[in-house]
Amino acid sequence: MLKAKIFVQLKPSVLDPQGKAVTNSLHHLGYTAVSETRISKYIEINFATSDRDQVALETEKICSILLANPNTETYSFEIEEM
Amino acid sequence: MRVSVITFPGSNCDHDAYEVFQGRGHDARLIWHKDHDLQNPDLVILPGGFSYGDYLRCGALARFSPIVKEVIDFARRGGLVMGICNGFQILTETGLLPGTLLMNKGLRFICQHQYLRVETSDTPYTHGLVPGTVLDVPIAHKEGNYYIAAEGLKSLQDNAQIVFRYCDKAGNASSDANPNGAIDNIAGIVNTTRNVLGMMPHPERAATDSVVTDDGKQIFAALERFIGDGH
Repeated sequence: MLKAKIFVQLKPSVLDPQGKAVTNSLHHLGYTAVSETRISKYIEINFATSDRDQVALETEKICSILLANPNTETYSFEIEEM
Repeated sequence: MRVSVITFPGSNCDHDAYEVFQGRGHDARLIWHKDHDLQNPDLVILPGGFSYGDYLRCGALARFSPIVKEVIDFARRGGLVMGICNGFQILTETGLLPGTLLMNKGLRFICQHQYLRVETSDTPYTHGLVPGTVLDVPIAHKEGNYYIAAEGLKSLQDNAQIVFRYCDKAGNASSDANPNGAIDNIAGIVNTTRNVLGMMPHPERAATDSVVTDDGKQIFAALERFIGDGH
């Protein structure tokens, strides 16, 4: 059994209004050293196979066709034993 | 005109669009997203709402509904496809329209009257309208902040693909008149072949005599002129 741990992040060039709001709140809380916050998505997918090559290939496809929008987002993932 | 309005799980403006076209004397029908037959329309409407609960990203899951494959084929053959609000989001996810609808700059859901400026008459949806015409058409969205990278924006501008811009009552597309942070005040665009329109405002909510503004009628009348002119 393998698990894919996937991060989907907004590209650095894309404004992140949620991240900006969180930065403002952190400043209000006194964390004045905080310069920027970016909100990302973290997705876990479990696979009923122990074939790492297959899982890597399928995760790559899943990310590119569905989980990330190539216009605004990038993705990365790692695969681990469950 | 034969009009096919697609209903996704979570669509909530499909009946509004259906009623407007029926009321104008057209042959409108509602088509379930699991169907495979568009039923030979002149126009397809992807309506507003929250298809699949807006899960993952707005429009991302609707993009894989069976009927959307037919909509893509229809659009690639030159068929008229109009995506309103969530429909616009779905069209960007399919790749039929460039860019993405991000969360509003102010993070809030906005539901209000909004002035739009018609930027071009060279689309089926603005056929016969004078560029610069200001329309009052409501908006209701949280993810309507249109974004496209610099070179894509230049291409939209150079090809006159920007159909509507947010503006004030006098027609000034200023940043003060921009409700959601959309790049270049963009409220609606067409594809390069000009048959596919995506717009965040809701003309179908401003096209009956019982509501405050009926400026949406001008967009539907433009479509009727376009079809009537034998296009």
